[in-house]
Amino acid sequence: MIEVLRPGPLTTVQDLGRPGYAHLGVGRSGAADRASLRLANRLVGNPEGAAGLEITLGGFVARFSARTVVALTGAPVPARLAGRTVAPYGPVEVRPGDELALGPPDRGTRTYVAVRGGLDVPVRFGSRSTDLLGGLGPPAVEAGTWLPIGTETAGFPTVDLAPVPQPPAELVLPVRAGPRADWFAADALELLAGQPYEVTPATNRVGVRLAGPPLRHAAARELPTEGLVEGALQVPPDGQPILMLADHPVTGGYPVIAVVDAAAVGLAAQARPGSRIRFRVRG
Amino acid sequence: MRILPAGDAAVLVEVADLAEAGRLYAALRRNPPPGRLDLVPATRTVLVTFDLGRTDPDAVAAAIRGLTPADRDAAAPADLVEIPTRYDGPDLAEVATLTGLTEDEVVRRHGGAEWTVAFCGFAPGFAYLTGGDPALRVPRRETPRTAVPAGSVGLADGFTGAYPRRMPGGWQLIGRTDAVLWDLDRDPPALLPPGTRVRFEPA
Repeated sequence: MIEVLRPGPLTTVQDLGRPGYAHLGVGRSGAADRASLRLANRLVGNPEGAAGLEITLGGFVARFSARTVVALTGAPVPARLAGRTVAPYGPVEVRPGDELALGPPDRGTRTYVAVRGGLDVPVRFGSRSTDLLGGLGPPAVEAGTWLPIGTETAGFPTVDLAPVPQPPAELVLPVRAGPRADWFAADALELLAGQPYEVTPATNRVGVRLAGPPLRHAAARELPTEGLVEGALQVPPDGQPILMLADHPVTGGYPVIAVVDAAAVGLAAQARPGSRIRFRVRG
Repeated sequence: MRILPAGDAAVLVEVADLAEAGRLYAALRRNPPPGRLDLVPATRTVLVTFDLGRTDPDAVAAAIRGLTPADRDAAAPADLVEIPTRYDGPDLAEVATLTGLTEDEVVRRHGGAEWTVAFCGFAPGFAYLTGGDPALRVPRRETPRTAVPAGSVGLADGFTGAYPRRMPGGWQLIGRTDAVLWDLDRDPPALLPPGTRVRFEPA
């Protein structure tokens, strides 16, 4: 078991989410940066889809009551285990009674902690993820939350240290135009590709609210409700795009000018308020 | 039918209207494209998301275009669900004013029609029902309520629906039901998945 002593600003249990239920109004949810959770799981010898912790902006402290192995990926944080400094991006042995304490990340937003065997909270629709918008899965982790450790593993840890990704000088995300690029003023795609957009503080697991050159709708007409994907750049009438993340609503009523490539959405989920994102529009 | 790009892991299929979207959704449920993850029917679209490790947008688009007219037009057999409803909602008088009908007439028309679930959205198990009396078309409330009780039955933009749980909402509330619209221990958890036929039984 893991006893959470301090959750930090927001800590949730996440796996790779629950696809297959969107027609009932249930979103996929899952880790906002899935590649980082997958890597953390591989480092401790778990199946890639095991449930781990998604810790937003550090500040997390927990005590382990069992011997296990953990790994930290995603946003690199100063971390101490039983008072000793531990490096992220590699397996770390934990003894019963050890306390793990994470400081604030040097860069990025979300740190992932995989625990060998995975976190064994109840499964809802094939997933242990907390969906904050849909209200599914376990509630956000609080001080005093006990998290059971599971037993499903996939071999033993084989890598001592994975490369720590270096942050790009400027985050550039590939996007594809559509499905509703034709609902926008003729210069909107050029504007989107031309100047960086700033990540605003109104950013969470639902989406990244951006500020930059406004992307004007071509006409004031109302879009009939339609399905929404992760990575979509949805644009309300004020012209400021919202980049949809893991807990996005299943449907939306504002036009989507372009969609970030699936493999790059995790990078957007790590972008901090105040940082800038540039979009590269692919044909 | 137009197949619009929605990133590298989804396509958005646009059709003429709600009825065609419902038929296409049913056809895609019966004949899922390769690598399909989710099918999301909506007002005049069906979103198809897929596993990039198993397929790509072109293959999915080809599979959708390959549906035969017989596949696409087959009427899907649908369950009929009855929703016992007490018509005592706080907006019943407002709906009567907006529609020019009496309150009794609003109730008679709402309870007398057979509705169909066009799609779910907004919240898990929140079904958008269509096909009722066109006279009942009313806009959303100008100011949404911060909390609408579970089971509230409302109208908005030509749809009717019932709130699966307590949440904020802007629909015009005409009644309430004790029917459990969303139950995690039921399969499917939604009482009203897309395609379901629905009657509101005045109680």
